[in-house]
Amino acid sequence: MTTALVHTELLTRRSLRNLVRQPAYVAFSLIQPLVWLLLFGQLFRNVVELPGFEGASYMTYLTPGVVVMTAMFSAGWAGSGFIVAMDRGVMDRDLTSPVGRPALMMSSLASQAVTIVVQSLIVLAAGVAVGARFAGGLVGWAVTVAAAVLLGTVFAALSNAVALLVRQQEALIGISQFLTLPLTFLSSVMLPSDLMPDWVAAVARLNPVDWAAVASREALSASPDWSLVGGRLALLVVVAALMGWLATRAFRTYQRSV
Amino acid sequence: MSHTTRSGPAITVAGLTKTYRARNHEVRALDGIDLEVDPGTVLGLLGPNGAGKSTTVKILTTLSRADSGTASVVGLDVVRDAAAVRRALGYVSQKPAFDPVGTGVENLVLTGRVYGLSPRAARARADELLERFGLADAGRRLARTWSGGMQRKLDVAMSLVHRPQVLFLDEPTTGLDPEARADMWAEISRLAAADGITVLLTTHYLEEADHLADQLVIVDHGRVVVRGTPEALKRGLSGDAVAVELAERRDVDDAARVLDALPGVRELTRTSGVLRARVDDGAVALPEVMAALDAASLRLAAVTVARPSLDDVYLRYAGRAFGSADGTESAGRRTAGSEEVAA
Repeated sequence: MTTALVHTELLTRRSLRNLVRQPAYVAFSLIQPLVWLLLFGQLFRNVVELPGFEGASYMTYLTPGVVVMTAMFSAGWAGSGFIVAMDRGVMDRDLTSPVGRPALMMSSLASQAVTIVVQSLIVLAAGVAVGARFAGGLVGWAVTVAAAVLLGTVFAALSNAVALLVRQQEALIGISQFLTLPLTFLSSVMLPSDLMPDWVAAVARLNPVDWAAVASREALSASPDWSLVGGRLALLVVVAALMGWLATRAFRTYQRSV
Repeated sequence: MSHTTRSGPAITVAGLTKTYRARNHEVRALDGIDLEVDPGTVLGLLGPNGAGKSTTVKILTTLSRADSGTASVVGLDVVRDAAAVRRALGYVSQKPAFDPVGTGVENLVLTGRVYGLSPRAARARADELLERFGLADAGRRLARTWSGGMQRKLDVAMSLVHRPQVLFLDEPTTGLDPEARADMWAEISRLAAADGITVLLTTHYLEEADHLADQLVIVDHGRVVVRGTPEALKRGLSGDAVAVELAERRDVDDAARVLDALPGVRELTRTSGVLRARVDDGAVALPEVMAALDAASLRLAAVTVARPSLDDVYLRYAGRAFGSADGTESAGRRTAGSEEVAA
């Protein structure tokens, strides 16, 4: 077990170091959420006049949504690291070394989590800079970052599993595009569920993106309903653990095919 | 093949089979492979694409799993004792396996740490290996900026960090320029000779197998078709070719009569002024040929002996004529089992 943790740490450091050495990629992954924030903020500025917003500014409503959406989008790319490792001999070398499959999966999820923490804090700060106000304070920020990390873990694990099964960059991109945008719009990221058609609101209740958006928005509010926050976070923990486990199983399928 | 080892073979493969299943067809990659490699020797695994070379290596390195049969490395079963096998082996796959965004030092230190070395020990081992492979000057540069030959050496160095007992090299010199290849050959020879590492090498290059391998195994259609030392395999062919060029063209008929009378000379053919024949061993036959011609007062312009190359061996055992469909027996598969050529 300790060996697995040491391996996880070593491989996580490797991928974070490589990330830092590709500054163009880092810059893009930080600028993109800011574009979402400003674009949607302008586009939907007037929706706060609709009932359901209770007079809050739209930026205050939108920012936690963009945080979790960004987490999902960047986690959707996690599998491309596995595909690069498979195209080169890195995956095969790792699998024939003492590094276990859980450590390989955990290191990918852990480096993704670190990225998401940084991204989330930047988006939250940017939201405040353009007018969002979070009464929930530090605890609210912490819950938002945690929700983003958990949602990111769900999608990073899914992305890794798809990568191990299809082993093709194009297929991974296709599947990730197919999932992420509909899941964003079938959630309360941009609009509260009161304003959605009933069927969309019903689907949103089953959508992990919505769980993360609801938990963070609630935690950032003046008087959070902690049972709602805790319930949504618990759901995210369960799904993240399940996806991580399934994705680790996908190594077997990969090894059967090599 | 010698079976006189004290500690048993370093690699044993018995009756391995593996079938890859795609959507609507099956590919039988291995159809009952048997192998043994003695400790401290180099085994060359030769065969056409799809013959089963890489699949065998992937099963031995625990990357893939056989459908049936057994395989062990230093006496450890690759399925039951997979974790121990992974610590005993080094693997250089066909594809580059270093991290291009890391430096040489970083690649080697991480590998050492993965195998349980302390940070200090991993650093010392990294420096030692960089020195040994002549990469010390480049050690702090990102590996993606290195030449192809240096990168391949880094791959081999990374597979040696934990001092493995058995090293698997899957086409280690494919894509290297001749100088880098010669360099790599020198390193591989040293691994077995100086470090006592058992090496299993797959290759497309017959010259490489001839140069490096103590024993050769040629596989085709997932089966072993022939095995033996490179020398024995070549001797097992029709023998050396002797060509005699006469100073005077009109002597050809006389010379042919002389050579025809010599024991061991066969397949005598003549073209204007040149006689060609096959003999079992050129080194033995040559003095006899020259003495006989000299005794008959026939003057020679040139005599050459050509040894059969590994190409001849390969073509005989793994060669397939154009248009020969699956199921058509190729030359090397006339016999039901595999052939063994005694050293």
